[in-house]
Amino acid sequence: MLILAFDTATSAITAAVHDGAVLLAERHIIDTRRHAEALAPTIAAVLADAQAELRDITHIGVGIGPGPFTGLRIGVVTAVTFGHALSVPVLGICSLDAIAHAAAAGVTAEFLVASDARRKEIYWARYTSIAGRAERLSPPSVGRPMALDARDQALPCAGRGPLLYPEFLPHPIGPQDVSAACVAELTVREVRAGRHPEPAPLYLRRPDAQEPGAPRPTLVAGAGS
Amino acid sequence: MKRDQPLVLGIETSCDETGVGLVAGETLLADAIASSVDLHARFGGVVPEVASRAHLEAMVPTLERACATAGVTLRDVDAIAVTSGPGLAGTLMVGVAAAKALAMALGKPLYGVNHLAAHVAVDIVEHGPLPEPVVALLVSGGHSSLLLVPDVTHDVRPLGATLDDAAGEAFDKVARVLGLPFPGGPHIDRVARDGQVSIDFPRGLSSGRDLQRHRFDFSFSGLKTAVARWVESQRAAGVAVPTADVAASFQEAVVDVLTRKAILACREAGVTDLQIGGGVAANSRLRAMAQERADAAGIAVRVPRPGLCTDNGAMVAALGAQLVIKGRAPSGLDLPADSSMPVTEVTA
Ligand SMILES: [Zn+2]
Repeated sequence: MLILAFDTATSAITAAVHDGAVLLAERHIIDTRRHAEALAPTIAAVLADAQAELRDITHIGVGIGPGPFTGLRIGVVTAVTFGHALSVPVLGICSLDAIAHAAAAGVTAEFLVASDARRKEIYWARYTSIAGRAERLSPPSVGRPMALDARDQALPCAGRGPLLYPEFLPHPIGPQDVSAACVAELTVREVRAGRHPEPAPLYLRRPDAQEPGAPRPTLVAGAGS
Repeated sequence: MKRDQPLVLGIETSCDETGVGLVAGETLLADAIASSVDLHARFGGVVPEVASRAHLEAMVPTLERACATAGVTLRDVDAIAVTSGPGLAGTLMVGVAAAKALAMALGKPLYGVNHLAAHVAVDIVEHGPLPEPVVALLVSGGHSSLLLVPDVTHDVRPLGATLDDAAGEAFDKVARVLGLPFPGGPHIDRVARDGQVSIDFPRGLSSGRDLQRHRFDFSFSGLKTAVARWVESQRAAGVAVPTADVAASFQEAVVDVLTRKAILACREAGVTDLQIGGGVAANSRLRAMAQERADAAGIAVRVPRPGLCTDNGAMVAALGAQLVIKGRAPSGLDLPADSSMPVTEVTA
């Protein structure tokens, strides 16, 4: 087994190569504006670090968000195109789960993962740590941090949510962004369990679009000119 | 198929069409398109996020369809070309990311190309090598440009462009005023056939000082407003709006300006060949008037078939093949999507 994993759903552009037993290499760039430019070179670099070739890859694991749409889509379209061109399966991993996977080692009970959804909102889900392993308790959601109930707000919280909204999420824990090593480990787990989660993006929001009303009258608007 | 010719796969996602084309040298092998236009119709224009989601879903099926049509596998492809700009930032990124993944997976060079240059290059697969130089009139919902093209692989010079609305945008807006569906171009063309050119709508930047200062530029926003006002004044007076006559008169005004300036550009540049591309090139009146005026001026007109005038993958593949044949340098894996890529940059 040789897994190429990457994620572009948070501020990180992250890629990793994993052989099913150990992580061979990981690369990580923090840059919210350069997902389109930087993902492919990051993947090329991590493959070189791992002394692996794309044709040796057996599975692709990709973060499917939730996350800001444009960045998220770059990861997913890269993954499905690799999958098609290399004839290998592509597994979709919830990006919040990947953050929770890393956070679970440091907590012993319930915790949140909250990432930046922009527009004063967060993408979030509730987890519990059982023997250092994260179990998701609620589906990934989008909403205002102030709208979370008091019990959720009081939980330790991984992701960038607590940095952005410390008044509502006062107990930050690490990590802040997705690490592709975690996406790879979760991909290994799914492959071993014989599961094949689809690489369909978790948008959670509808596209912004307004249906037009009647054409604006120009006679009135232009009357004074 | 001539296998001594480079086989290039082209990807186009600058607006609402997911296009994948395969071109071997100057021969078109496949032109697969998935359009999200129906998803945008009720919004009266392209919604970038809706288009971007549709591109992601359509990418792999469209790649498969192009290869099946051409009877080739991805492993046969010699190079990947992709529109890197100009266009909608979010939709461009889907195509650029897919193209990079293909180039990496196949170990083949990647060419990020200019969408406008690709509109010019596509005519090579229809009518053979481009005359050098050629004047190109590119008119669509996204662009209205006059270009002087000495060499489509590296020398494209802007002569003029629209100062406000693109020509196709004016068609969409006037269609809305007339209660016709989106996209407006084909509907206005159809309705106008039963109408008379009976209303004298304004021709922007076409006379006096405007023409001197903006010799090859266009402006359609004044025309659009004039049509809207004329229609409203009829309605306000309780008179039935003669839709066919309004459509015909509006279309005549647009086409008159486009063809007049295109012919003028050819004459002043001493160029004897005019190429027309973009979605508005499918307009029957534009084709007819361009032919008539070009004939009178001794200029040859080249217009690809309508399916190659609208956005498609074949145009990107056609330009990519020329870049390979002429030995131009490929792009790096850090190729950006550049929504405002200048027309003078053929490759990124
Ligand atoms: Zn176009």
